[in-house]
Amino acid sequence: MDLLSAKVIARIWKPLVFAACLIPAAQLALGAFAVAGFSLGANPVEALLHGLGKWGLNLLLITLCVTPLTWIVRAPWPLRFRRMLGLFAFSYVALHFVVYVSLDQGLAWNFIVEDISERPYITIGIVALLLLLPLALTSTRRAMRRLGRRWARLHQLIYPVAILGVWHYWWQVKQDWREPLIYALIVALLLGARLVRRHRGPGKTRRRAAVREQAASLPPGQTRNPI
Amino acid sequence: MLIRRRNEIRSSEITDKDLYLGRRRFLRGAAATAGAVLAAGLGPQIALAARRRLDNVRKTDFGNGETPNSYEDITTYNNFYEFGTGKADPAANSGDFDPVPWTVQVSGEAEITGEFALEDILAPHPLEERVYRLRCVEAWSMVVPWVGFPLADLLQRFKPLSTAKYVEFRTLYDPERMPGQRRPVLDWPYVEGLRIDEAMHPLALMAVGVYGEVLPNQNGAPMRLVVPWKYGFKSIKSIDRIIFRETPPRSSWEKAAPNEYGFFANVNPEVDHPRWSQKRERRIGAGAFASKVPTRKFNGYGEQVASLYSGMDLARNF
Repeated sequence: MDLLSAKVIARIWKPLVFAACLIPAAQLALGAFAVAGFSLGANPVEALLHGLGKWGLNLLLITLCVTPLTWIVRAPWPLRFRRMLGLFAFSYVALHFVVYVSLDQGLAWNFIVEDISERPYITIGIVALLLLLPLALTSTRRAMRRLGRRWARLHQLIYPVAILGVWHYWWQVKQDWREPLIYALIVALLLGARLVRRHRGPGKTRRRAAVREQAASLPPGQTRNPI
Repeated sequence: MLIRRRNEIRSSEITDKDLYLGRRRFLRGAAATAGAVLAAGLGPQIALAARRRLDNVRKTDFGNGETPNSYEDITTYNNFYEFGTGKADPAANSGDFDPVPWTVQVSGEAEITGEFALEDILAPHPLEERVYRLRCVEAWSMVVPWVGFPLADLLQRFKPLSTAKYVEFRTLYDPERMPGQRRPVLDWPYVEGLRIDEAMHPLALMAVGVYGEVLPNQNGAPMRLVVPWKYGFKSIKSIDRIIFRETPPRSSWEKAAPNEYGFFANVNPEVDHPRWSQKRERRIGAGAFASKVPTRKFNGYGEQVASLYSGMDLARNF
């Protein structure tokens, strides 16, 4: 049996990855209600807020690993996970925002508006969320088909989103910048790799990979002309 | 008032180091055994096995009507970068820190200066319990039942000169025992300071305990400052130096970000941190569904301390 066939990926690997992506949310939810010995510590709102934000960022970076992974394995199968990972990233970021607005700010809109307009790190966070929204909305097969070539262009918005996400994290750290620095280096690596590849010119392998990538992004049975 | 110097202790009175280390190992072993026995049902309590009660603590009216945070909240949610920058790091990394023996070096503009054993520093001061609100610059707050004595009573024993306009405090610098100091997160050792009239204010407390027990390492053992009308970072922990100065000392946080952390650092909802609002605070222990509460100027101690700052522009002297 081919462990990486479309069927095995759809029936086995994707459900497993799906479940794995739910683990941080489940941990936070159990902690929030202090179920089964889970706890969010002395400041549960902060733990929820930071936990969701950090996993939003983690999943965003994992999503950005998909394309480079296809170069490494010289196969298109990682692309089959990309949409799910991206949607999970969006979900965590959206929940991060919901917890900020509700539990953290208690729906006090005057304070929320002041925060968004006057605190640059919050402004940046909101911008990143707003840029992610159209990507989540156009993640369906139908939207992909309808947008055609523009879909790929649109979804390059994930690059600025990743930069803004790390920046948002960096700016609210008080003094110990070690962790945001690690995130920044990973983003630099992931985006840098893309730049290098683009500037090396359309080599043979690259063109073949592009064809495979496009084929994998499309529903089975449908093909599109090579670039 | 006479302060006993360290060298006045007869050598016959000094416990041999091996002996007391041995005792400590025994106690630790006993604590570990007790912990293991309790571990079945009381996982997180193991760390608390070594708690020691303080005797003869006088209750006071400070903080009447306030509900103190739980011992667990107070001892597991800490900012003490000497043991790591995460809130849980101090409790996790300070277990092996042993604040005995401890000496405090006193220097600068005072008649009596020198190096003093902690026992001699503490001996003359009757202990009292004061329940104070603690407001962190990060916009969260707690209520803590401290045990200590007025800072002024201690400082006066050194007979400060008229040139002593400020008091500087320093935390122990020992990267071996304080792993957070192995990285230059702040300019170690941690430095804080007060104007002399602030230091002599009756609300300023030198704390040696919490909840009637010896101060846990993560809360600044063996001795820390508590200045309840200022942001928490002014309440310096594990103090081993006191310097009377003519000029203001530069605190570690001032050095790290002078536009964000000022020398005075009085709690003030009217002056926001450049990156976040100081208008409200999250009360620790209120749960995930409690809303933030408004922050009060001078953390609600304005009636007692506002006169210290009359005529000062607190937006500039933040």
